[in-house]
Amino acid sequence: MFDISYNKKFRSIASQFTLVLFLVVVFYYFINNAIINLDRIGITSGFDFLFSRAGYDAYSPFFKFTSDSLHIDAYFVGLLNTLSVSILGIFIATILGFIMGVLRLSNNWLVSKLVYLVVEFKRNVPVLIWIIIWYFGVFLQLPSAKKAINIYDSIFISNRGLYFPSPVFIEGSIAILIAFIGAIIINFFYVKRAKKIHIKTGKQSPIFLVSLLIIIGLPVVTYFITNQPIEWVVPELKGFNFKGGMALKPEFVALLMGLAVYTSAHIAEIVRAGILSVPKGQIEAGMSFNITRNQMMKMVVIPQALRLIIPPLTSQYLNLMKNSSLAVAVGYMDLTATTGGITLNQTGQAIECILMIMGTYLLLSLLISAIMNYINKKVQLVER
Amino acid sequence: MKRLLTVSAFIIGSLSSAFAGENTLENVKERGYLKCAVNSGVFGLSYTDDNGKWQGIDVEVCRAISAAIFGDKNKVKFMPTTTKNRFTILQSGEADVLSRNSTWTLSRSTDLGLDFVGVTWYDGQGFLINKDLGVSSAKELDGATVCIEPGTTTELNLAEYFKKTEISYEPVNVDTFDDAIKSLKAGRCDLLTTDSTGLAAVKASMPNPDNWEVLPELISKEPLGPAVRHGDNNWGDIVRWSLYTIIGAEELGINSNNVDDFKESKNSEILRILGHQGNLGKFLGVRKDFGYQIIKQVGNYKEVYDKTMAKTGLPRGLNASYKQGGLQYVPPFR
Repeated sequence: MFDISYNKKFRSIASQFTLVLFLVVVFYYFINNAIINLDRIGITSGFDFLFSRAGYDAYSPFFKFTSDSLHIDAYFVGLLNTLSVSILGIFIATILGFIMGVLRLSNNWLVSKLVYLVVEFKRNVPVLIWIIIWYFGVFLQLPSAKKAINIYDSIFISNRGLYFPSPVFIEGSIAILIAFIGAIIINFFYVKRAKKIHIKTGKQSPIFLVSLLIIIGLPVVTYFITNQPIEWVVPELKGFNFKGGMALKPEFVALLMGLAVYTSAHIAEIVRAGILSVPKGQIEAGMSFNITRNQMMKMVVIPQALRLIIPPLTSQYLNLMKNSSLAVAVGYMDLTATTGGITLNQTGQAIECILMIMGTYLLLSLLISAIMNYINKKVQLVER
Repeated sequence: MKRLLTVSAFIIGSLSSAFAGENTLENVKERGYLKCAVNSGVFGLSYTDDNGKWQGIDVEVCRAISAAIFGDKNKVKFMPTTTKNRFTILQSGEADVLSRNSTWTLSRSTDLGLDFVGVTWYDGQGFLINKDLGVSSAKELDGATVCIEPGTTTELNLAEYFKKTEISYEPVNVDTFDDAIKSLKAGRCDLLTTDSTGLAAVKASMPNPDNWEVLPELISKEPLGPAVRHGDNNWGDIVRWSLYTIIGAEELGINSNNVDDFKESKNSEILRILGHQGNLGKFLGVRKDFGYQIIKQVGNYKEVYDKTMAKTGLPRGLNASYKQGGLQYVPPFR
């Protein structure tokens, strides 16, 4: 007699169905178990706590956060702090990493060995140690606020942070903004024209220098023509600390430096591997044209190397963003410190808080991946 | 496939009994030792000495519980915790009791699902500041930078106090108390705030204790005591009466040296607490002679104070027995 259990299709569907059912039951069990036990010890679950008064103060550079703010505000303080240190960290790590990666391949023996040492030293010490070294070993060793390093009475460096003047835009400062936008438009047309000339005649124009001159020069000239419509608030030592101006706190700088320096070493190795992966024939072919070595690198090697560099670079960016949760070690108010730390502790809503930060990190990771995948597509070989 | 389902049903069935009907005492007895969450290091309260041995008043409470259950004060595994993970460790069942200078508050008793069973030490929050700054009162603190441990009542008191007195300040939320001390020494913050016991301990540990001053203002009430999870009342009773035995022994004039002399005492309460009369131990579900074991091995409150908090130079103050005008008072052993 025909037995259905010998049917191959049936068997494969049935086993998969069983697996899914099993997973559902397991997850149901864990969630149910958590709910029952939370209920048993009298902990109310849910996200209502987000809209209750936070009760604690935290340093927030982006918007005013006081003890009267809500727990959800604290979440945004954390989110913005995580974002700012991650974005800036990725930016610095990339620049440092590329420079070191290229220098590592330098023909100069001393330069290449020196960079080799630096890279190995940086990437073989855990990032948490780096952050702590930067914080306790470097920034907290700076002089106290009263003995701050004074640069032209406008910039002050102490263990309370780096204080510098902040601009106050008064009447007429809109002209500078207009000049800036105008400069970008002018520059756009200049670059377009320069490229056209290049294609037609082969004549190269100093695009970079001229662009810099236009974009920075025009607003600066406007600033002086319109009688300097920006006032500067200079930080001043009052009582315990500096008041006025803008500040970079040691917690932020230490975390930033720790993350950027550590990740840059990894990026340097990725860049080196990427460049070395370009076949020698390509380089020799490039050199046979009448172009300089730098031009050859820019037009032949780098575009090919990027195809290999971008995917591992993405995972370094993700690592940097996730490593920023080590901020707790130096008291920087990132997401893990606010929602995952103080809010969790003051409200006791451990599961909700952890779910929130997990979801947020996941979302940020997917966002970085999406952006990098887009860039990756752009640099991949176009197959026709 | 049928077998698979049976197996999974079996696994699920056995897992679901893991938490239901918790009996902490049985778990502790079965395990053979007590898991006690303590502070990772505040001189006087809970710290490891030069020999790596745990010391402090909170630590002695754990030892008393162990003595009551096992007749041996050393059957304790101490779990150092931070302010951030202490409640989670207790709630999740990783620790049996939390004896870690935690303040008894309404919301922690209800919303966090904790039972505070008594007060080991009555405390209040203060400020420690470098004398060089020339500040003599908390009212002169406008613009100061303050180092605090995140997730504490200290943090909330601070925000409320400065809001009430309309003083602006900048908080630096460091991760652990040790980091707070390091930051204070380095000058990252102008002052440190925590319970006055903690401040006295920090001051004593500074290279130049005379350079530091505890400001006169105490801004809060901080009753510190051991806590257990909601839902296991018998376990709560054991922890509560272990602490009360220490305090009660002082009231009754019993200490670790003279405890053997009370076998023939005419005071029935003494006979009951030592287990020579009645069966208080059985009511609690611990040894019949729990009181004797605690007093013999751990000592009474005065002895505990002398070997822990007294070393920080902090007077007993509110923590004197009610007979000396303090707040330490226990219900009768009957």
